[in-house]
Amino acid sequence: MWQRIKSMIIKEFIQVFRDPRMRIILFIPPIMQLIVFGYAANTDIRNIRLAIYDLDGTPESRELISRFSSSGYFRIAAEAKNPADIRLWIDEGVISAALQINNDFTRKLRQRTGTTVQIIVDGTDSNTASIVISYAQRIVAEYSRLVLLKRFNKLPDVPDRIKRPFFKGGGIEIQSRAFFNPNLESRNFYVPGIIALLIMLVTLILTCMAIVREREMGTMEQIIVSPIRPVELILGKTIPFAIIGYIDVALVTFVGVFLFEVPIRGSLPLLLLATTLYLLSSLGTGLFISTISRTQQQAMMSMFFFFVPAILLSGFIFPIANMPKVVQYMTYLNPLRYFLIIIRGIFLKGIGFDILWPQMLALTILGSAVFTFSSLRFRKRLE
Amino acid sequence: MKLIRLKAIAWKEFIQIFRDSRSLALAISIPVLLLVLFGYALTLDVDHIPTVIHDMDRTSQSRDLINHFLRSNYFQLEGTARSYVHLQEMIDRGQALMGLVIPANFSRDLEADRETTIQILVDGTDANTATIALGYAQAIVTLYSQEIIAHKMNQVGVGSISPPVEARIRVWFNPDLESKNFIIPGLIAVILVILAAILTSGTVSREWERGTMEQLISTPIHNFELILGKLIPYLAIGMFDLALSVAMGVFLFGVPLRGSGLLLFSLAGLFLLGAICQGVVVSIIAKNQLLSSQISIFISYLPTFILSGFIYPIDNMPKLIQYITYIFPSRYVVAILKGIFSKGVGLEILWLEALLLAVYGSVMILWALKKFQKRIA
Repeated sequence: MWQRIKSMIIKEFIQVFRDPRMRIILFIPPIMQLIVFGYAANTDIRNIRLAIYDLDGTPESRELISRFSSSGYFRIAAEAKNPADIRLWIDEGVISAALQINNDFTRKLRQRTGTTVQIIVDGTDSNTASIVISYAQRIVAEYSRLVLLKRFNKLPDVPDRIKRPFFKGGGIEIQSRAFFNPNLESRNFYVPGIIALLIMLVTLILTCMAIVREREMGTMEQIIVSPIRPVELILGKTIPFAIIGYIDVALVTFVGVFLFEVPIRGSLPLLLLATTLYLLSSLGTGLFISTISRTQQQAMMSMFFFFVPAILLSGFIFPIANMPKVVQYMTYLNPLRYFLIIIRGIFLKGIGFDILWPQMLALTILGSAVFTFSSLRFRKRLE
Repeated sequence: MKLIRLKAIAWKEFIQIFRDSRSLALAISIPVLLLVLFGYALTLDVDHIPTVIHDMDRTSQSRDLINHFLRSNYFQLEGTARSYVHLQEMIDRGQALMGLVIPANFSRDLEADRETTIQILVDGTDANTATIALGYAQAIVTLYSQEIIAHKMNQVGVGSISPPVEARIRVWFNPDLESKNFIIPGLIAVILVILAAILTSGTVSREWERGTMEQLISTPIHNFELILGKLIPYLAIGMFDLALSVAMGVFLFGVPLRGSGLLLFSLAGLFLLGAICQGVVVSIIAKNQLLSSQISIFISYLPTFILSGFIYPIDNMPKLIQYITYIFPSRYVVAILKGIFSKGVGLEILWLEALLLAVYGSVMILWALKKFQKRIA
C-alpha cells in the first residue's frame, strides 16, 4: 500500500514542479504577501493632512494650531484663504481634515463666553474619519483644559493648596500598557494570520485543481484502472500538497521571525500539531470541491466562493466581535477562525494547550468531519 | 476583420459559458455574496470593546469615572476582576480586550488635588483595535479631568462649568460615518477584479489544454477577431455584475451615489476591459489553468485588496509601498469609485485617474493582441 501511495506522491510532485514557473509561483508569492501585509496593511493613522483656515490670527489661535501640528497625528498641508479652498482640497483628496478658527475666537475666549472651533472631516473613509475625530477632540479638550487651569490659577482668592498641584498639569494621568505587542505594530497581528491564510489557499487550490484536472483531461480513468485503491488515491492526492503547505509555513515563519522580528513566544511543536489539525479541514474542503466540480474553472470559482468568506469571517482583518450576532454564530463553522486564535496565541501571547484546548478540539472535530465526509463522497464518485 | 467571424467566436464563447450553468451562477453569486457580507457583517468600526474593571478605590468618584467609560458606547463591561492577576488572566483568555485599573488612592489623590494615575491595559494583538481603544480611553479621561477642574472652580465659587473651547465637528460626505459607504464603492473594484481574473484565467489556456486551439488555428479567423470575440462575452458578464453591484449598493444598502452614474459605468467599464485583457494575457502566457489562476490571484486580487486604498489607507503606508501602489490600476479605479459615489465629483477632478485607466486598458488590449500568436508553439 505504501509503495503505491509513494509513487502517487512522486507523480504529483513531478506534475506540480514540472513547470519552472509553477515552482516560483508556489513560493515567491507567499513571501511577497508577507512583505506587503507586513508593511502596507496598516490602519494606524498618522500624518493626517490638515488644512488651516485661521480667520483670527492671534497668539491664542496659533497656540491651538501648534498643538495640532506638534501632536504627531496631524501634518499641516496647506493654509486656506477662503472656504472654497477647503472644499476643493477635500474633493481632490489633498487634505483629509480642516481646522477653521473664526475671527471671534480670542475675543470670546477672553470674554469667557465659551467659543468653538470647527473641524471639517472628509468622511469618505469612515474608519479614518472616526480616528481623526477622536484625535482632534482630544487636542481641543486638552487645550480647553489648560485654558481653564490658567484661569483657575490666575484667580486672586484661591488658596495655595489648590493652586499649585493643578498647575503641574493636573487631573488624571493614564498609564497605558499594551500586552503582547507593546509597540502596537500591525505586522505582529498580520504575519501569523498570513501563515494561516496561505496554508489554506495553497492546499485548497492544489488539491481541488489537481483532481479536477485529471478528470478534465481524462487521466482519471487511467488511475482508476490501475491497482491503486481509493484510500491510497486520496492520500496520494493530499499528502504532497500538505507537504508543500508545511514548506510554505516554514518559509513564511522564517521570514516573519527573522525579517520582521515577529516574536514566537509559545511552543513550536504545539504549532505543528495545530497546523496538522487545520490541514485536515483544508484538504478535506479541497477534496469536497473537487467532487462537485467538473471543470477547473468551476473548481476555481467554487474555491473562491468558499475561501473569500472564510477569510472575511475569520477575524483576520475584521474583528468577529463587531459582526452581527447571527454571523458570529456562523463563524463557529469556520476552521480558520480557530486556527487564527491558536496561531496568534502561540506567536504573540505564548499561551499553551491549557488555554487553547477548546480551539484544538474544535479543529479536530471539524477537520475529521469534513475530511471523512469528502473522502466518502470522493470514493463514491470513483466507483 | 469580418464582423461575422467575430460574431461567431463571441457566440461560441457565450455558448461555452452558458453551457456551464454553475460557473455562470457562481459568477453572479460571488458579487452578491461579497456585497451582502460587507454590507451587513463586516465593519472596522470599533465599539463595544469588551472591558474588565479592577476598581481598588470603590468610591463614588471611581464609579463616576467608570460610568464615563460605560456611557460612551465604546466600552462594554465584561466583568470586574478580583485582582490584578485575575484581570491579566481575563485578557489572556481573550474574554476582555481592555482592562481599567483604578488604584486605591484614586479619590484621595483627587480630593487632595494631587495628580493621580490610572492604568489601562490593552490586548495589543490586534494593533488597530488597540490603538483606537486607547484613543477613546484617553479622550474620555481628558474630558473627565476637565470636568473635575470645572467642578473645582465652581466649588471655589468662580468660573464657568462649561468648557471654554469646544470642537464642533462637521463630517462631509458621510455624516453618520457608516463604513459601508466607503467599503462598498471600493468593493465594486474588488469584485470586478476577482471576476475578470477567474473568468478569463482559463479562456485561452483551456483551449490549449483541451487541444481545441489547433481547431481554431485551422479556421480562417484572424488573431484580433479571436481575441475580441473572446473578450465580448466576459465584458458582458462583467458589466452585468457591475450593474448588479451598483444597484445592490444603492438600493439595498442605501449607499448614496452622488456623482454621475454614466461616468461611473464608463470608467468602471474601462477598468473592467483592462482587467479582462490582463486576464487573457496571463492565460496566454501560462497555457495552464492552475498556473494562470495563481498568477491572477497574485497580480490582481491581492494588490486590489491591500494596495488600492480599498480598506487600508494608502497614506499610512511606508513611502516605498506608496510608490508601488501607482503600478496597480486598481488604485485609480478605487479612487474614482469613491470619488463618484461619496463626493459626487466628476472628470474635472478625476481626469488623471481616468486617463491612466485608459492607458492601462489600451496597453493591455494591445499586449493581448501581440502576445496571441495563431500558431502551434
